[in-house]
Amino acid sequence: MLDSSGGSSDPILTVDKVAKSFGGVQAVKEVSLQVERGSIFSIIGPNGAGKTSLVNMISGFYKADQGSIKFDGTELIGRSPSGIAELGIARTFQNIALFRGLTVLDNLMLGRHVRMKSSVMSCFMWWGAAQKEEIHHRKRAEEIIDFLRISDLRRANTGELAYGLQKRVELGRALALDPTLLLLDEPMAGMNSEEKEDMVRYVLDVNAEFGTTIILIEHDMGVVMDISDHIVVLDQGEKISDGTPDQVKADPAVIRAYLGASHLQG
Amino acid sequence: MYYRESGYYKTDYKSDMSLYPLPISRFAAFSLLVLFFLAAPVVMNEYYLTLLSLVAIATVGALGLNILLGYAGQLSIGHAAFMSVGAYTAANLATKFDLPFLITLPAGGLMAAAIGIVVGVPSLRIKGVYLAIATLAAQFIIEWIINHSPEISGGAQASIEVPRPTLLGEKLESPVELYYFLLIVAVIAVIATQNLIRSRIGRAFVAIRDQDIAAEIIGISVFKYKLYAFAISSFYAGVTGVLYTYYLGIASYEQFQLGVSIDYLAMVIIGGLGSILGSVFGAFFISLLPIAIRLFMESVGSIFVEPDVLAQSISQLRQILFGVLIIVFLIVEPDGLNRLWINIRNYFRVWPFSH
Repeated sequence: MLDSSGGSSDPILTVDKVAKSFGGVQAVKEVSLQVERGSIFSIIGPNGAGKTSLVNMISGFYKADQGSIKFDGTELIGRSPSGIAELGIARTFQNIALFRGLTVLDNLMLGRHVRMKSSVMSCFMWWGAAQKEEIHHRKRAEEIIDFLRISDLRRANTGELAYGLQKRVELGRALALDPTLLLLDEPMAGMNSEEKEDMVRYVLDVNAEFGTTIILIEHDMGVVMDISDHIVVLDQGEKISDGTPDQVKADPAVIRAYLGASHLQG
Repeated sequence: MYYRESGYYKTDYKSDMSLYPLPISRFAAFSLLVLFFLAAPVVMNEYYLTLLSLVAIATVGALGLNILLGYAGQLSIGHAAFMSVGAYTAANLATKFDLPFLITLPAGGLMAAAIGIVVGVPSLRIKGVYLAIATLAAQFIIEWIINHSPEISGGAQASIEVPRPTLLGEKLESPVELYYFLLIVAVIAVIATQNLIRSRIGRAFVAIRDQDIAAEIIGISVFKYKLYAFAISSFYAGVTGVLYTYYLGIASYEQFQLGVSIDYLAMVIIGGLGSILGSVFGAFFISLLPIAIRLFMESVGSIFVEPDVLAQSISQLRQILFGVLIIVFLIVEPDGLNRLWINIRNYFRVWPFSH
């Protein structure tokens, strides 16, 4: 956000020659990329290209076989997923992973978990430190509820919500962490165009209002080309293109691997 | 007086988070306190007070197991073993060092928590029935160790007699005094559990139960919180063991065998998993079930069985009914007595306009 004058000035995340294989399958082959602070950075590619694997390595869910992933100078490889969340990296899932038995509010408060510090003893006591902390963080959760316009659903169990709303609550839970880097794994999958529009608006607002850097995996090319500052294209675990939306669109390798395969025939 | 929840508006988060947000629930909680603290000792004779004392003890243990199984979703069949750890810790401290219960009670709990953490370590790798088997192993190992180390178990009978608890130099000897002592501990346990569950740690437990992967990704260290759950649950179990010891006046490993672990599992399943009120219901139900069966058989049992086998059939009937009830509850009302209570409450909430 501070400096968007072009060039590779201020990367928040640097992925360097990262590889991951499962048995004989090389899911990600020596991929390197840099994400600018405050940008919307999209990763696209056909199914099985390694997009989710890459995001899983960033969020610590998979351990990379080689290479390095640096977030603001801190090496992420070897850290536990919860340790990475504590650094301020939040994510959503391709398949919704909400706590279905809990209310929207509790889900958001869980998102704030890493920001809360009450000990076991003070939790047992409640009156005093734990209550004070709970009220403090409740305010932030309510801000996010307002931001996502779900105040009428505050007490609803997330399992009972419509699909689009569940996706929105999941975004809210990630936002509750006050992340500096937000990983969105297909946030618009399975949505109708109205829900998609809403979600795009929220993604843009998060980026603009909170200055959150966003890494987006998305199959809807219209959305990706419209809102991304930078796009990386993966195909069969390899990075085949890297640049602005216009550069990527014009790249013959991308047309061949991606658009050619899925669009021209259809 | 209906159960009404409309018309009460909260203007700050503090009152929104209070334990009893509605006047009716505050009234209910207050009445229950009056009932148990003031009315029960006056109205009831000593026999029924000792029964209520047993329920109070069982409540603490059931809360502990419900935190682990109902909230954090970790199955344990070793709950009674942790009770025995607490019991023998307190018994040894009380007899060898002459310490008061204000020290032995938390000490027994803490020792059980320490052992609980060790037993909880496999929960990182194994889940469900496999974890159940690991905790079953813990049950047998702990039982064996206590039984075979005279330093812990006090010799041949593997039992230690403990003096009655004293408070401010006063020995708590009569059933009424013991009842108050146990009731106060149980009430503290209930409130502490309510607090724990509405705080960040309680939420983290539920998150691990519902979606452990998502829990880890939003920054909850699943392993750490599973160990917390084991430690806290075992602490409750340890305290329960200490209470049993003071109540019976003796610490004996026979009080804490596998069957007791199963009893407590039945309490939280029949009472209601993931429910504090359910733990209390379960404690009442399982503790009073044998008494109810005996009263029933003594009054009308001679219709069904010959008088000379009546005494025998009571204990057997208990076993049979116990199993039948667990099966019936699992099929008919998997959410337990707490769900029944909620259904009744919901019915009267809109009564008489239920359609």
